[in-house]
Amino acid sequence: MSTSLKTPEQDPDLNTPLGGVSLTAGQLPRSAAPTTLVAAGVAGLLLWLLADWAIVLCALLAAAAYVVIVYTWSRTVEGPRKATDRFVTALVSGAFLLALLPLISVIATVVTRGVARFDAEFFTYSMIGVTGEGGGIYHAMIGTLIITGLATLISVPVGMLTAIYLVEYGRGKLAKAITFFVDVMTGIPSIVAGLFAYALFVMVFGPGVRMGLAGAVALSVLMIPTVVRSTEEMLKLVPNELREASYALAVPKWRTILKVVLPTALAGIATGVTLAIARVIGETAPLLVTAGLTDGDNFDPFDGRMTTLSVFSYYEYQSPGLFAEASFDRAWGAALVLMIIVMVLNLVARAISKLFAPKSR
Amino acid sequence: MAKRIEVKDLDIYYDKFLAVQGVSMTIQPRSVTALIGPSGCGKSTFLRTLNRMHELVPNARVEGSVVMDDDDLYGPNVDPVNVRRQIGMVFQRANPFPTMSIYDNVAAGLKLNNKRLKKSDMDDLVERSLKSANLWEEVKDRLHKPGSGLSGGQQQRLCIARAIAVQPEVLLMDEPCSALDPISTQAIEDLMLELKTNYTIVIVTHNMQQAARVSDTTGFFNLQGVGKPGELVEIDETTKIFSTPAQKATEDYISGRFG
Ligand SMILES: Nc1ncnc2c1ncn2[C@@H]1O[C@H](COP(=O)(O)OP(=O)(O)OP(=O)(O)O)[C@@H](O)[C@H]1O
Ligand SMILES: [Mg+2]
Repeated sequence: MSTSLKTPEQDPDLNTPLGGVSLTAGQLPRSAAPTTLVAAGVAGLLLWLLADWAIVLCALLAAAAYVVIVYTWSRTVEGPRKATDRFVTALVSGAFLLALLPLISVIATVVTRGVARFDAEFFTYSMIGVTGEGGGIYHAMIGTLIITGLATLISVPVGMLTAIYLVEYGRGKLAKAITFFVDVMTGIPSIVAGLFAYALFVMVFGPGVRMGLAGAVALSVLMIPTVVRSTEEMLKLVPNELREASYALAVPKWRTILKVVLPTALAGIATGVTLAIARVIGETAPLLVTAGLTDGDNFDPFDGRMTTLSVFSYYEYQSPGLFAEASFDRAWGAALVLMIIVMVLNLVARAISKLFAPKSR
Repeated sequence: MAKRIEVKDLDIYYDKFLAVQGVSMTIQPRSVTALIGPSGCGKSTFLRTLNRMHELVPNARVEGSVVMDDDDLYGPNVDPVNVRRQIGMVFQRANPFPTMSIYDNVAAGLKLNNKRLKKSDMDDLVERSLKSANLWEEVKDRLHKPGSGLSGGQQQRLCIARAIAVQPEVLLMDEPCSALDPISTQAIEDLMLELKTNYTIVIVTHNMQQAARVSDTTGFFNLQGVGKPGELVEIDETTKIFSTPAQKATEDYISGRFG
């Protein structure tokens, strides 16, 4: 029995029922945590530079030192609750930095190596007749745009209509089966999609066929399930009350879907589609077997090989030829362009969702 | 113009759950019928069967008949869309279309059905509907701002304006004033009295004074017991229900005694 428990004979203290905890408490100065962090960082740096320890070890030691110091310091001054808070904050931030590390490293590598070839020739020439230095990715950029564009053209209507069926009409076994297969399709390896498209086109055009359209079909196989999923989620978010409001105004179901449900979900659907595009634009394996590679401009998706950025990058790295350095530079350059495209697509997705989102002002 | 609705032995189900049992009543044209009763007794459920909104809930169904001027609303060849064209509805919870402006919300009944009006006629209709719902003064300067930017009560009045803009023969209102201040409530009640010269109105309300003020006929719904379906206990002229009800349960409910 501790002294804080009141014996029954005592009058309960009604003014301070929680035992009168004062509102103020010990507090570390604002600069405490940053100072400790800098100190720990400097110590780690010194260990690395002077004692010549491994850099990873130094970083880990500095982080551990920071956590221990801040925790004990806070515990003595501020008490256990705030100390735990600081401890967990440190852990969470640490995990975040760790997750960020590979990302930053990838971006840094691609940017530093890729900018070597960011010149006018790179963006305006193809690889026709290029054996050594120079050459460009014009044909690959256009090829990527055409194939991804076609894939989008195929996937968006199919995917959106499927999702509309699932959410607005689908009941019973058929809908369950479709949902199941969409889920399965989300997980198929991209090379399988490529081989499927190739086999399909071989049936029509004979063995050895290569064309942009086949690549687009392969990408569609990968893209459709993502479009279905994201559209489905967005349609489910549209409150049922809105559909009922529309029905009560004697609006038929198809018009309700077209004019009330879809506009309400448009922002989310557009974002989902854009992200689905970003997801497939960098695919290599399926395009390798379906669209192949060519040095020159071929912008006709219905005839012959068509180069895309990822496949181009792959071949430049895999078979560099005599002037290896020039080849590698082109490979990195193409990779950087691809990365920028993906980044732009993500920004576009954000802009779209801002633009189309229902406003309240 | 105004329609009489005859409900006969109506049982209303949610899948296997019988929510309301054995309702028979006549809803008179050119009058206001009020439905009162404790929460969960099936007033909204019943109201939604009158314009075939009930069947939108998966597996929901009804048995019995609802006849409007000789047409059975649940007859085999009846298109629910045509039913709803004649019987409009204001929901218990405000539900303006978030993608549409205030103006478009009011015009939604026409616009969503691709009915084209001259711009000036449309402007007229929107203004008239908003004035009837006592919202015009508050929104006339921001008609083209989104409807979801309004307050809860304003949204409710917007939904009322939207429902009356299509000029249905029958108007069903599910607690239209539950989110409104006395002034707007007064305006909506005036609107009901005005509308009833041409239309048939059914209103669900928890406000007994309101039922007494605006309605000609009042129906009292109650649960038959815990876990049992709701039923229509009695329906009669409002003055009679509020002075000398035939059933003890009605009297208890109206005077605030339960059980
Ligand atoms: N969508 C639904 N699915 C299944 N049961 C439902 C559904 N909607 C309502 N119910 C049930 O039907 C019964 C009647 O509900 P209803 O909404 O008609 O009550 P109410 O009289 O309008 O109540 P309130 O005054 O609170 O609005 C309740 O038992 C409710 O749980
Ligand atoms: Mg209700």
